[in-house]
Amino acid sequence: MRDRAWILLGLGAFLLLLSSPLWWNMRARAGLKGPDLVSPADQKDCVLPAHEMNVSHMQLLLQWRDKVVRQEIHSFKAYDGKVYDMRLSGTCLSCHEKAKFCDRCHAYVGVKTPYCWDCHIDPAQTRPALARRSPQ
Amino acid sequence: MKISRKQFLKLTGASLLTLSGGKLWSALAYAGQAVAHPVQLIRGKQLAMLIDTRKCAEHPDCTGCIEACAKAHNIPSFKNPAHEVKWIWTEPFENVFPTEETRFMPAGLKEKPVMVLCNHCDNPPCVRVCPTGATWKREDDGIVMMDWHRCIGCRYCMAACPYGSRSFNWVDPRTALGDLNPVFPTRTKGVVEKCTFCPERLAKGQLPACVEACSAGALLFGDLNDPASAIRTQLETQRTIRRRPELGTGPNVYYVI
Repeated sequence: MRDRAWILLGLGAFLLLLSSPLWWNMRARAGLKGPDLVSPADQKDCVLPAHEMNVSHMQLLLQWRDKVVRQEIHSFKAYDGKVYDMRLSGTCLSCHEKAKFCDRCHAYVGVKTPYCWDCHIDPAQTRPALARRSPQ
Repeated sequence: MKISRKQFLKLTGASLLTLSGGKLWSALAYAGQAVAHPVQLIRGKQLAMLIDTRKCAEHPDCTGCIEACAKAHNIPSFKNPAHEVKWIWTEPFENVFPTEETRFMPAGLKEKPVMVLCNHCDNPPCVRVCPTGATWKREDDGIVMMDWHRCIGCRYCMAACPYGSRSFNWVDPRTALGDLNPVFPTRTKGVVEKCTFCPERLAKGQLPACVEACSAGALLFGDLNDPASAIRTQLETQRTIRRRPELGTGPNVYYVI
């Protein structure tokens, strides 16, 4: 039992090495900065609570698409009772800026820009003056 | 129990017939269905258009409806005719109504430009051939609608449509578009498109863009199933023709020549 100290030291070093990814990640996450998103200045409520939009905006957009195109339903009653037109360019992008909101988050999480924009138009490209909704 | 060879064969035959009888019956019944004329039951409205070519002819240089449609739906204008995308356009009378030709026709009638667009048929052949359900006939208003999200660009519908009402995007349409209308999407390369009777405007209580733009009043739009509609009154008081009704597609665009 003369080598007890060495064995314990070695074991400790081994455990430290084994758990190093955890430490490394904790350290990295401490200095982590999220995507620099620009939220609409004059609007606080979205069609769903923010955390739900974070995780399920894609399903919502697909539902909107099918409702408008295939079921002829055009308005969406939000959780707070407000009624919205189900339109990507007309409603979503009347508050959000594609470049500073959609694209930045997609780039941050490494999600490919979806092909929505192959057809749907970013209003900022066609009418810069109206891209941001000015408070009236 | 002893069974003779003859009895065995009889029994086998009878059993096989019984087993296959159900399938045979359903196959025959299905064949009967397929042969029957597929008349569609229209539950709600049937939106239709009446085009008065006489009023059009009074304004030979007018392209108001075509321009309004192009602007409303972001329709590209390609110089190469092979890439053309058309929703509403003009064709010479002889091409629009090939069976209306007679030996001695009024001067200029053959060449007379006639507005053409999707006929929103009662029995649309394009809908029957679409493998993805990207085009369908709406039950409540009879519009032959398109879902560009679902179109895979196989162009079966273009082959099926006897009126040439559908166009294919061979090239990215955004390369041939000037000012974009931000409230309506463009299409993408590899998608078929055509006139949709403006359901996005109808939903807001507006008339189709072409009808609204026509200052000559040559385009009349309405519900054929409503006996009190203006289009019904017009159809019942004057002689109108449709494009190639002999095909059985039941076109819903009517013409006064």
